Formats: sequence, structure tokens, C-alpha cells
Amino acid sequence: MANNLQLNAEGKLKHFLTIEGLEKGLLTEILDVAESFIGMNDQQIKKVPLLRGKTIVNLFFENSTRTRTTFELAAKRLSADVLSMSISTSSTSKGESLLDTIRNLEAMFVDMFVVRHAISGAAHFIAQQTAPHISVINAGDGQHAHPTQAMLDMFTIRQIKQDFSNLKVAIIGDILHSRVARSQIQALNTLGVAEVRVIAPKTLLPAHVESLGVNVSHSLTAGLKDIDVIIMLRLQKERMTSALLPSESEYFKCFGLTEDKLKIAKPDAIVMHPGPINRGVEIDSKVADGPQSVILKQVSNGIAIRMAIMAMAMQKQGVV
Amino acid sequence: MLEIHDLLNNLEAGLNRIIVERQLTNPLMIGIRTGGVWIAEQMHQRLNIAEPLGLLDISFYRDDFSQIGVNPNVKPSQLPQHIEGRNIILIDDVFYTGRTIRAALNEIFDYGRPNQVILGVLIERDGRQIPLCPDCVGASVTLNADQRIKLTGPDPLAIHLQIIDAAA
Repeated sequence: MANNLQLNAEGKLKHFLTIEGLEKGLLTEILDVAESFIGMNDQQIKKVPLLRGKTIVNLFFENSTRTRTTFELAAKRLSADVLSMSISTSSTSKGESLLDTIRNLEAMFVDMFVVRHAISGAAHFIAQQTAPHISVINAGDGQHAHPTQAMLDMFTIRQIKQDFSNLKVAIIGDILHSRVARSQIQALNTLGVAEVRVIAPKTLLPAHVESLGVNVSHSLTAGLKDIDVIIMLRLQKERMTSALLPSESEYFKCFGLTEDKLKIAKPDAIVMHPGPINRGVEIDSKVADGPQSVILKQVSNGIAIRMAIMAMAMQKQGVV
Repeated sequence: MLEIHDLLNNLEAGLNRIIVERQLTNPLMIGIRTGGVWIAEQMHQRLNIAEPLGLLDISFYRDDFSQIGVNPNVKPSQLPQHIEGRNIILIDDVFYTGRTIRAALNEIFDYGRPNQVILGVLIERDGRQIPLCPDCVGASVTLNADQRIKLTGPDPLAIHLQIIDAAA
């Protein structure tokens, strides 16, 4: 279902809502196209004319800095006209329904919505309801998916490690609340890594997490052995409604990534984090700013990967 | 019959003539992917150009994106940082409608403002759709509307004349 909605009759990308149901070939194509956009950083004029005359609306019902700005920059580098709306400050606070907001924007001849929403499935809902010529990109929905973040992480991993097939990847921290982790696990398994390992206290893991195709460890020191790629997750304090942890300092002691713990992983292991980072909670500053950290590279790569996904979703759909 | 070696010799002679006439010192040669790069590699070697060959992929600058979408085989362009003020020799395999060259010029100018751009192509065929033309050619040919020229390579380089099915 999700699968069909994302692809057009020719199997090309129409919406980008979740990694689930997308094949390795398509994910690889996204990475390849993004690779070409990286070269654009050498240009004096950092713009290509692909989406000239198209209008893209960033609909952010939830706060975001990195994701919103990189989507905006990506759209601008493709020469699209882009409008960024933070909805909590606009009509919905006056009682307008989501669907009415969408209908009004459609009436302004929009070609693409980039949607972030606190409710899982919001981007899906908009993709189902919106006019057929409009593409929808999920920029994070509830605890469900954040597929463009996962793809920029895959891009960063490939840039440094070249090949996925021998990699052991650890995802560490608040898996339970993390839409990023869900999308990463799907992408890593689709691209065929050797192992995905999640490392977290039991209270921060979803039930039946193994069914996602991961191995589970409850100890950072044991779990980091032989790992090539370390993905730290933010401790989502604002989502933590019940007392899942004794305290932040306790968490840092057990699951915070320090220089000493990093030494347990392979010597050439890279450290990733989708941001924003909580220094001293899930990661020590020395590691976050250290030589094995690729956190800022991830941010830069976010522009190229979002350009690739937007360009691919905007290509001519079906009808000749 | 188009003989590849004759065409390469003609193009080399034409480029040499222009380099002398215009007194181009230290030109930068750029080949357009894919066939243009194969020809450019030959010319780059024959003309003893010091600076590495630049590679241009025009996929993101094509004017038919809305019809055909993103080329999944797109590769990054590799041009030097300093295009500004340079003398550029741009090389492609076949000059037909002129649209590829328009896209290539647009991309080059996004890297900076060159002093001049000279266009050399292996084969110029009839069918121009925009007012651009090459400065030197290996050969100029007139073809029927259903005929296309295709280059295969890089080793060996060969020219093929194909008949396009009108229904396609």
C-alpha cells in the first residue's frame, strides 16, 4: 500500500514517504544522483535549472532547523520557488483543518509538499488526498519515518566506507521514540549491510524490535565490538512522558559514547548523529568534535540527498 | 563512408589552426559525457594539453527534464575551480540540434566566466534547432530525418549509422 502510493505506474518515485517497500535499485539510484549534486559545490553559481518554475512548499507542523533549512536550500539549488511555513504560527491555530490548509495551498498552484508532522502517517494522508500532479516528501512524521534523514546517512556511510556488504552498524539510544532509527534500519537492511545492531536499555526499545531485522544488545561495551559505523540517537526528552530512565547522568554513564568506549569499536569506525546532539547526555563533546565524527558531513550531505529526492519525485509522471 | 581516423585527423588539424590563429596559451579542454569525452581524450593527447581534461555531464542542465526526468546514470562533472578568464576548448562527438551545447555552455558559465569557448565536434549533421554552430568539425554530413549517428567506444572508437523507427 505504502509502496504503491510512492511509485508511479512506471515504478518511478512519485512521493517519498518511507523507506519501507522501496527496492535496493531505487535507493542506490537516489545515492548516485545525489553524488552528482555534490560536485555542484565547486560551482561559482550553486544552482541547476532542473526545477525552474516549480513551487515547493515546506509544511512544518513541528519545529526543525537542519531539516527545514537543508530542504529549503536543496529546493533553491534546483531553482524551484520555495515557501517555508511553520504551521503552528499560522491558520491551523485559528482552527483550519489540515485538509483545508492543503486545499488552499493547492489553489496557489503548488507542485510539491515537504511535510513534517508530529502525527505518524500525516505525510501519507496528504499524499493520498492531494491533487494527482503534486508530490509529497516526508520530512519526519511522528515516530514513524524520516526517510530523507536515513538516505543522507546511507550516503555519508557510502562516501566513507564505499561498500555496504561487509559493514556492521550499531544504532544506539532511544530507538523507541526514533523515526530516524526505523528508517535507518530499513535502509541499511535493504542496502544489504552485514549486521544492524541496536544498543539501548530495554525501556527505550520497541516491543519485538528483532522483527525489524536487527540484533539487540543492552550493553554499550559489549555491543560496540567489531562495529564499523556508530549511529548515536538523541535522547528525546520532550517525548519521554513516562519515567523510562533513572536520570540523564545515569544514562550517560551506561550509554553515552565517550573516547574510551569508542575504542571498543573498529579503529576506523565512524560516529554519526542525526542531530541535534545533547552533549554529555548521549555523546561526549570530545567524540562529537573528534576525528572519527562525521556529524557535520551528514549535514552537508543532507542538501545533495534532498536535491536528488526532490528532482526524482518531480520528473514527469506517467501521462505523455 | 565516415572513417574515424580521418575525422580525428581533421578535427585535430582544425583545432591546431584555431589555437595558432587565436594564440591560445594554456587552453582548458572539456569533453561532454559520454562520447565527447572519448573524442576529447584523443584531442587532449594529440594537442599535448598540459592541464587535465575537464569532464562535463549536462544531465542537470538539459531542457527536456520535464519530459524525460533525471538520467539515473548521471556522473559528477569534473571541472577545475578556475574557469574564470580561461580559454576553453569544448569537445563533443556529434553536433545535431545544438541543445546539448546550449546546456553545456549554461553549466560552464555557472562555474565562472571564461574568456572564450571554442567548440570542436567530430561530426556535424544537419538539423540545428538553435543558432549555435561548431568552430571546427571532423566532417559535416547531411542525413535523412530517420537516420542517427552513434559513437561507440572508447576502445575501439567506431561510428555507426542507425535508422530510427519512426513510430518509436
